[in-house]
Amino acid sequence: MPTSSSIDRRSLIRGTAGLGALALVRAFPAWAQSGSAGLTPAPGVLSGEQIALTVGESHFQTGGRSAHAITINGTLPAPLIRLKEGQNVRLSVTNSLKEDTSIHWHGLIVPFQMDGVPGISFPGIRPGETFTYEFPIRQSGTYWYHSHSGMQEAMGHYGPIVIDPAGADPVQATREHVIILSDWSPVHPHVLLKRLKQSGGYYNMQRQTLAGLLAGKDQSAKERLEWGAMRMDPTDISDVTGSTYSFLVNGHGTAENWTGLFTLGERVRLRIINASAMTNFNVRVPGLAMTVVQCDGQHVQPVETDEFQIGIAETYDVVVQPVEAKAYGLIAEAIDRSGLVRATLAPRIGMAAEVPALRERPLLGMKDMGMDMSGMDMGQGGVIDLSQPANESMAGHSMKMLDPSVAPQVKMGPGVATLSPMPADRTADRPTGLENVEHRVLTYADLKSLEPFKDTRTPSRTLDIHLTANMERYMWSFDGVKLSDGAEPIAFRHMERVRVNLINDTMMPHPIHIHGHFFQLVTGKGEHDPVKHTVNVLPGGKVSFDITADALGDWAFHCHMLMHMHAGMMRVVTVRHEGEAA
Amino acid sequence: MLAPAAALLLASVAGPGLAQKMDHSQMDHGSMAMPQEEDHSAHEAPAQENSAADNAHAGHSMPASDDGIPKGVAPAPPKDHAAEAYYSPAEMARSRAAMLKENGGMTFSQLMLDRLEYRLGKGADGYHWEGEGWIGGDINRLAFKTEGEGEIGGPLESAEVQALYSRAIDPWFNLEAGVRHDIRPDPQRSYAVIGIEGLAPYWFEVGAQAFLSTKGDAHLRLEGSYDQRLTQRLILQPAAEVNIAAQDVPELGIGSGLSDIELGLRLRYEFAREFAPYLGVNWERKLGDSARYARAHGDRASVTSFVMGVRFWF
Repeated sequence: MPTSSSIDRRSLIRGTAGLGALALVRAFPAWAQSGSAGLTPAPGVLSGEQIALTVGESHFQTGGRSAHAITINGTLPAPLIRLKEGQNVRLSVTNSLKEDTSIHWHGLIVPFQMDGVPGISFPGIRPGETFTYEFPIRQSGTYWYHSHSGMQEAMGHYGPIVIDPAGADPVQATREHVIILSDWSPVHPHVLLKRLKQSGGYYNMQRQTLAGLLAGKDQSAKERLEWGAMRMDPTDISDVTGSTYSFLVNGHGTAENWTGLFTLGERVRLRIINASAMTNFNVRVPGLAMTVVQCDGQHVQPVETDEFQIGIAETYDVVVQPVEAKAYGLIAEAIDRSGLVRATLAPRIGMAAEVPALRERPLLGMKDMGMDMSGMDMGQGGVIDLSQPANESMAGHSMKMLDPSVAPQVKMGPGVATLSPMPADRTADRPTGLENVEHRVLTYADLKSLEPFKDTRTPSRTLDIHLTANMERYMWSFDGVKLSDGAEPIAFRHMERVRVNLINDTMMPHPIHIHGHFFQLVTGKGEHDPVKHTVNVLPGGKVSFDITADALGDWAFHCHMLMHMHAGMMRVVTVRHEGEAA
Repeated sequence: MLAPAAALLLASVAGPGLAQKMDHSQMDHGSMAMPQEEDHSAHEAPAQENSAADNAHAGHSMPASDDGIPKGVAPAPPKDHAAEAYYSPAEMARSRAAMLKENGGMTFSQLMLDRLEYRLGKGADGYHWEGEGWIGGDINRLAFKTEGEGEIGGPLESAEVQALYSRAIDPWFNLEAGVRHDIRPDPQRSYAVIGIEGLAPYWFEVGAQAFLSTKGDAHLRLEGSYDQRLTQRLILQPAAEVNIAAQDVPELGIGSGLSDIELGLRLRYEFAREFAPYLGVNWERKLGDSARYARAHGDRASVTSFVMGVRFWF
């Protein structure tokens, strides 16, 4: 905490002094430039049926940190692609890197061979080559695109996609801005991953200390011993933190203060995309309520909130209505509170909203370990009294953290350090760190799709998938098996409807993404269960979704925390006609 | 948290307990259970919730399947690759191999000099080093270890190198096997090594190695340490090492039984995780015949040093 806040202060001073100089070496597409009037009218937006993109290498700096970046058409973030539902598009992507590249259209329903995952949907784009993607646009909403090669996404290879509906847009807004959130480190992502393999807690500079204990902070000595006995760290919220990351809005750090303009009285639509490699954010606009109107590109019944957590790769469209002609801060705070980024919504350029102090770093608790105590008296403030005598009344169900009988399908071994003994459905829970904030916080249970879902069949079978890990060895997997271990594809019959249960056996949230499909999050809203492409499964919790396997072909399915995916938390999902298995 | 003295004590008892720790069932189910199991009957819960909880616990089933959705049968995964209908199978095979390697199959490595230190005490000043490295994946690794010491301006007194194969056997421990060669003292000697190392409950780093030399003498070394974070960067590390020999080895000055014990306390400051200078004290005591051999050789059986050094890795 002292470290990150002092960095923030330093970079703030430097940034203010050197803003002019910074601008010279920073290239942004028009929509991402500070002082943007918004998307309409927006110069430099890529539209139409023929779009050319060139992936290349550039230099990037923010807040005093600088390094090589991977850019598209020379900018970070990449250009905005704005399309219209019903059109066809040809996107020719030229690779000017010295390594393979690719573009995956995140959330777009495309033929699988156009999905852009090297090794699954196509061979990738080799250096010097141009690959042309071609597909019809069958949907509308806010999406994004990014590399699926190496860890280029962590180096800047991401950009927004906005698709206008063929008919009238149910969202009434007079102005709109794209807000791309990301994390940026001058350290190459392969080195970040190497450090985590060498020392799982390498980037955590907010661990519990003896000084903290003496000052009465964090857990009590007794709790620390109990957690120590299990070799579990309640401060393990994020793997890669503000100790190396700068957090960005449209490529701008707090010092560079990305500013989006509004005129008083307007309804301003913010299309918020979390394009981070490793950071889940808490998003708020202090002083303004946000009305959530879309999630993952799918319209939802408008719901008002004051703060929401956006998992990596999710998108949220919110409408805000400024009530004063002043600067409003758009605050995206890393969920471990190791840093934040402030952007500004203002009536004119040159105004800067206040930078709020980082809130206290959250501590993980019993529920994050997969011990759902909801049926029990939690005592004051949710504290569990472990001094109660042990008891065998739970039909032999013990509170062991690694009891293989709770997950027979998981391959036990060095890669599985814990199994959630009693995972709870946490879709109605406030996410990590927002449990006790005093304003409204969005949960998945607040989302209702605007239109009833087209497929109302009851799923014909269930599929459990465990999210498994060993933080100390930095191993991440599904069902204890890494993709590289020769994991079999997850097979679906074409058009079958399946209930998928994701069980998080780790103490970290995992934004799980399936390519080529949307699923309905089972939250008890029936045909209005929210429709998503990525779901953040809270620590020790579980999520159920119903999926209609309507897209033939092979698809990627993975945790969107880039380093988790690269550690093996990934599968191939394959959809075939019944009986087609070779 | 733990007072340093208590930590030291625990670290030193963690060693002898290792034989037991090698038993998986002991480790996984004994030590990892919650310190105290929840007493559910003691809490009054609404009847309805109780029965729901009972259902869920009885078969460990997910509430999702409570909705009457059958487990069903998954189709057999196909063996072919859909993209080969559109792209060259050779190109797909190349990119698929790269993708599989990239998502879980990468090779990593680490080189660490845990201690590189100058020792001040009675008599001549000395130096000491301890380091290790590894290369490999998550489970299988090639590793080496080295340690040694000498007097400033004097000859190298001891220098040991180990080459090991290391295999992760559970979430916390690695089994290791290989060879050790001692360049010093004279006569040089080679050993076969088998050992275990890892992270014990309460975050103790522990290790045990058994050695069998080409001359037939057998030895056991137990080590433990604990990192107590005083602040995010200031870390106090108590450490202990015990050497046990199965027989006298007079030419190496080793007596049978508990031959020596070493305790250290080092305070390091992590300017970066990879670079941390430290100050500390180190106490070594030779016991039994080892002590007798040392005295006969004109050395003291007990040596206390003030140490300063640096820990670095990459």
